[in-house]
Amino acid sequence: MASAAARTGVTEFSIASDTQLRFVRVVNAPRRLVFEAYTMPEHLKRWLGFADWSMPICEMEPRAGGKWRYGWRSPDGTEMSMGGIVKEFVPPERISTTEQWGPEWPETLNTVTFTEANGTTTITTTVTYPSKDARDAALESGMRDGLDVSYARFDKLLESLQ
Amino acid sequence: MKTATDALSTTFFALADPTRRAILLQLSRGAATVKDISAPFEMSGPAVSKHLRVLERAGLIQRGREAQWRPRTLDATPIRDVAEWAGEFKRFWDTSYARLDNYLDLLKKQEKKHGKRRS
Repeated sequence: MASAAARTGVTEFSIASDTQLRFVRVVNAPRRLVFEAYTMPEHLKRWLGFADWSMPICEMEPRAGGKWRYGWRSPDGTEMSMGGIVKEFVPPERISTTEQWGPEWPETLNTVTFTEANGTTTITTTVTYPSKDARDAALESGMRDGLDVSYARFDKLLESLQ
Repeated sequence: MKTATDALSTTFFALADPTRRAILLQLSRGAATVKDISAPFEMSGPAVSKHLRVLERAGLIQRGREAQWRPRTLDATPIRDVAEWAGEFKRFWDTSYARLDNYLDLLKKQEKKHGKRRS
């Protein structure tokens, strides 16, 4: 399940551990280029987020200890933002950041690795959920049995309701 | 936004327990009394009631009015909200990566045209 996706154009989502989610995507470009696209604001604005949303906030200090913040605006004016601290910045291999969508969301640690093979780059993102207070613990316990199992059950539930 | 996420956490918490999910599955087949709900489980009545209270607080089940039986029924709206939230996360990344594919093609073409930039 967590094996690297072999083809482009598909994002593979999986459960990496009790507290981790992982998603993998393969792109047709050398990782040097992918790393730039992933970390430089002028590039990020061109692809990160929903297509019809603008990205008026796009800040990234490319160093360990630096801050980052992204913010989007939808055509109808809905705003969404997230930010955190850069923990590791190792071009073109790896970025690790804390991420928070707002004070009421649990802070996650996101590690992105870039591996290159035959001109393609595999982007692996691992999202780790904390358990530092009751709210985080609640959210995390929602993941504990494995989202895949839970969602199979949800699907069953939803099917039976339709 | 705050109320929405608080509700999500409550739903996540309620759904985190296998017994509670089993109860929901049972109720998805139709309303049931506490006695019916307890039947498949090897646990005390109060323990089952505790699970029911968590589910009720999360808005996942409702209590019927019929006198002493008070059958519980399932309300799947919070589950749909959770599924939607997870769906949004996926949709965000699927969309972004599709855009990244196109953008990287553009960057590669530009590099070919202008020669390699420093990395």
